[in-house]
Amino acid sequence: MKILVTVKEVATVEDEFEIDGTEIDERFLGADLNEWDDYAIEEAVQLQEAGVADEVVTVTIGPEECEQTIRQALAKGADRALRVWDDDLEGVSLLDVGAKTDILQAVVDREEPDLVLTGVQSGDDSWGATGVSLADAIGFQWAAVVNDLDLDGDTASVHRELEGGVEELTDVSLPAVLTIQTGINEPRYASLRGIRMAQRKDLDYLTLADLGVDSSAVEGDLTLTDMYEPETETDVTIFEGGADETAAALAELLREKGVAP
Amino acid sequence: MSDVLAIADHRRGELRDVSYEIITAGLELADETGGDLHVAVISGPVEEFAEKLNRTGVDAVHTVAHGEEFNHDVYVQAITQLHDAVSPQYLLAPNSVNGLDYAPAVANRLGLPLVTDAVGLETDGETLIATREMYGGKVETTTELEGRAVATIRGAEWSVAEGTGDAAIEAFDAEIDESAIGSTVTGFEEVGGGDVDISEADVLVSVGRGIDEEENLELIEELADALDATVSSSRPIVDAGWLPKNRQVGQSGKVVTPDVYIAIGISGAVQHVAGMKGSDTIVAINTDPNAPIMDIADYAIHDDLFDVVPALIEQFQ
Ligand SMILES: Cc1cc2nc3c(=O)[nH]c(=O)nc-3n(C[C@H](O)[C@H](O)[C@H](O)COP(=O)(O)OP(=O)(O)OC[C@H]3O[C@@H](n4cnc5c(N)ncnc54)[C@H](O)[C@@H]3O)c2cc1C
Repeated sequence: MKILVTVKEVATVEDEFEIDGTEIDERFLGADLNEWDDYAIEEAVQLQEAGVADEVVTVTIGPEECEQTIRQALAKGADRALRVWDDDLEGVSLLDVGAKTDILQAVVDREEPDLVLTGVQSGDDSWGATGVSLADAIGFQWAAVVNDLDLDGDTASVHRELEGGVEELTDVSLPAVLTIQTGINEPRYASLRGIRMAQRKDLDYLTLADLGVDSSAVEGDLTLTDMYEPETETDVTIFEGGADETAAALAELLREKGVAP
Repeated sequence: MSDVLAIADHRRGELRDVSYEIITAGLELADETGGDLHVAVISGPVEEFAEKLNRTGVDAVHTVAHGEEFNHDVYVQAITQLHDAVSPQYLLAPNSVNGLDYAPAVANRLGLPLVTDAVGLETDGETLIATREMYGGKVETTTELEGRAVATIRGAEWSVAEGTGDAAIEAFDAEIDESAIGSTVTGFEEVGGGDVDISEADVLVSVGRGIDEEENLELIEELADALDATVSSSRPIVDAGWLPKNRQVGQSGKVVTPDVYIAIGISGAVQHVAGMKGSDTIVAINTDPNAPIMDIADYAIHDDLFDVVPALIEQFQ
């Protein structure tokens, strides 16, 4: 069995930041492996270690700088990686679900995996939709928000985490796309040995043309027109001063509220 | 092409709150497009649901009787057929776990643009302007798209539609191809249980990823002891196995309504806030003055928890 895992490098934002047009000014941005994808990688690698999967391949849409993050996935045990990027993608301010679906569909056509794992959502633009959209495009079965997975032959028995502490137990036939929720496993840290080995693994770079995807596909249907800091809804009272002062003020408040002695 | 079609959400025989909120969102859009609002309810006791969904302003309720519980293959087939029949400009679905299990597939199958987790929607009849959050709620954005679209709406952002309408309630005869059903729900399981019921606590000291390491939880327990409070947490603490699942506050954890909720090193992601926004008094201790938790906190300390919490414990000794 071959597993394809979508791996995204997400932008992280510092505590204090400035917005420049419809973007956060680069000076305030960092980069990290998408939290949900980390769990998807771990799940795939565990299936490989259990002898269920023969190969784990990752795919990332992103510029060259992402390769650090991709190496992280390789260091955790993925066998090889694909990275898709070109000038047309460089110019897109908002890569919407439809555009991602078109690109990933072409990757699936090329790799022909039996199982695709994606994160439930990405920490930056949080569409939460790419996995299910992809599944429909490639004609796979699917399940969204999976926090438990058991593979048996052609069936994936999963738990879908619903709201309010309820889980749905579902059997999904393969091939399938599963969107993986945090907590399904305990993602490993990349070991030094893993990091060394990752340097020798294949990381293929592909353009849209290589994948046969028309560049108009990535223009997408959505335009990002504004970005701003949300207005505060409540009038929060901020306790000012050093820790001793703020703690004293909070203690007084708590006593007023009848909490604690 | 200016009607709106909104899909209701239900589970185990009950309509979920978002079903009434999506009617409000749909009415607002239908008002702006000058079209009708159609509501659809699929599976479960649809007749009974339809009566409840017939709120003021709803023009039609379409029922699709098929099975008891949610199955995304049934939903995708029923909704795409309804879409062809009603031909709405906007198709609205809840951004619930089930909504996210069918709406992207529906959008793909219909070849329509998709915008998820909208907290605001506006249209001039041509352009749909959706307000969304990015970076875990640190910024808000507007995105625009032309023509028909599928949008999922965040729960608790629109008010609950009230009143009784005079909608036409119509059974929609969807042709469900059983051979295209690739997944089967085999049951449900409640998680949690355990020693403590955090939803009963008057005071919660709640800890998030800001605590950094499991050993540091001791500090939080010490504070909880001093305040005679109960310890709860955001999701990452439970994911890491540092606290049991029954301590998790939020969308997929517990809903809590204590007199005082002290959020320590918790950013206030929407799924966390969903579980604690009903607390009487919310106190946030966080180094990040822009963390979304500040939007709902009544009192805040913008400082390092490792400085503030020990000082606070000292106040009670
Ligand atoms: C379908 C779904 C369901 C979910 N359900 C839930 C749920 O039920 N409950 C839930 O909580 N989450 C849930 N989540 C996850 C949610 O999206 C967030 O990832 C999570 O709530 C973040 O937890 P956090 O605030 O502890 O961590 P972070 O977002 O990482 O925030 C940590 C905060 O700590 C602050 N901090 C760091 N160091 C310090 C310090 N020394 N002193 C003071 N402050 C510090 C930081 O400034 C930051 O604001 C769900 C997600 C999905 C997709």
